[in-house]
Parts: sequence; C-alpha cells; structure tokens
Amino acid sequence: MSVTKKFLYVNRRPPYGTIYAWEALEVVLIGAAFEQDVTLAFIDDGVYQLTEGQDTTAAGFKNFSPTYRSLGDYEVTKIYVEKESLEERGLTLDDLQHLTWEDEDDDWAEKDSIKLVSRSELAEIMAGQDVMFNF
Amino acid sequence: MALLHLVNKSPYERNCLDTCVAYCREGDTVLLIEDGVYAAAKAGKAAEKLSGLDVAVLGSDLAARGIAQDKLVDGVKVVDYGDFVDLVEAKDKVQSWL
Repeated sequence: MSVTKKFLYVNRRPPYGTIYAWEALEVVLIGAAFEQDVTLAFIDDGVYQLTEGQDTTAAGFKNFSPTYRSLGDYEVTKIYVEKESLEERGLTLDDLQHLTWEDEDDDWAEKDSIKLVSRSELAEIMAGQDVMFNF
Repeated sequence: MALLHLVNKSPYERNCLDTCVAYCREGDTVLLIEDGVYAAAKAGKAAEKLSGLDVAVLGSDLAARGIAQDKLVDGVKVVDYGDFVDLVEAKDKVQSWL
C-alpha cells in the first residue's frame, strides 16, 4: 500500500556556487517519480535558481536551468517563490523563467507553476507539510 | 601597496563582501567572481556596498547566472579570464575573501 505524503523542498542556495541546487533538483524529480505530493519553495538566494537567461558557455559548466521547465511533466505544479527574497535582490517575476504545467482536469489548460508568496504565507504552507527537505 | 580583492560569495548569504569593503584602500580593486557577482546587480540591495570602489566582475560568471550587463551598477567593469590575470599581475597582492 502506498502512502502519499506532502513533501516540501526548501531551496535557499544560488545555482552554481555549490552543488545544493543541482542535488535538490535531482531529489525533487525522484520524489515526484514516486508520486508524492511535491511542493517547492525558493527562499533567499534560492530565488536565483529560477532566473531566466542563464548561459554557462563561457564559464564552462553545465547549465541545468532548463531542467526546471520539465517539472510540470512530473506533476510538480506548486512552486512558491518568496516575495521578500526576490525584492531584496532587485528581481521581479519577469526575471524568472515562465514555468507551466498542463491541467488534465481542465482540458489540458496551461497554467503557471510559479506563485509569488509572502514570507508569512510560505510559513503557513510549511506548517501544512509532512516532510521537509532543505537544500 | 595596492591589493586585488577577490569575493566569490553571495552578499545575501555571507558577509565576505562587507569585510572586504571595510578593508579596501585607495588604489585597490575588488573583483567579483562566482556567486560574488550577484552584488553587482544594480537593483539589488547589496549594490550600495560597492559605491566609491573600483569594482570589476567576471563576465562568464555573470552570464552563467543570467545577469545582463545592462543591469550592473554604474562603473563596474566586466572582465574576462585574461583581464583577471592582468589584474593579478598589476596589483602587489591578492586577497581572497573566502
């Protein structure tokens, strides 16, 4: 018998300086493959993971940012970005990738995955989870 | 004695840039690399820490993080690895604020 739990992955690191962001994405995809109820939160420097226009050609390491666009296909549809963290870094939603998912209960309508939430709203979401993973 | 200061950590996560700035003297240059480049984004809160300093930023690390060059603090120079070597040679010492 399989039990579905609510998993929250909390991302607080920028994408390339350490391995945290890349490893988090790997673990998220594993969790989603086991059909758990997956939610992602991006706080502090974690918001940098989702920025658009990352080009690692000259830097010489792998650009894994396109992988976030596949999350919708794994039914990872709840991606929360903390408003305060974005603002502190001078970013807006327009600076982030446009991530979507297709809702099979709504004639496969394309819907936004990213939701901008305040710190207190995110605290509420956190409180409602079964398991938290921190990266 | 002029120093080249290297900062490779995000100003929003660590205090490396704060300490670096406090130690900067006339004639020194701050080179932002890796996650240090986030400090150079004009719209961010950390941008003000760079005021009055001679600051360079590594272009390849900017591009990797999706920061467009027109979003940088005014006066910040974008450099490549060759310029990085030139800076190391031009200064008397290099201080890495790890």
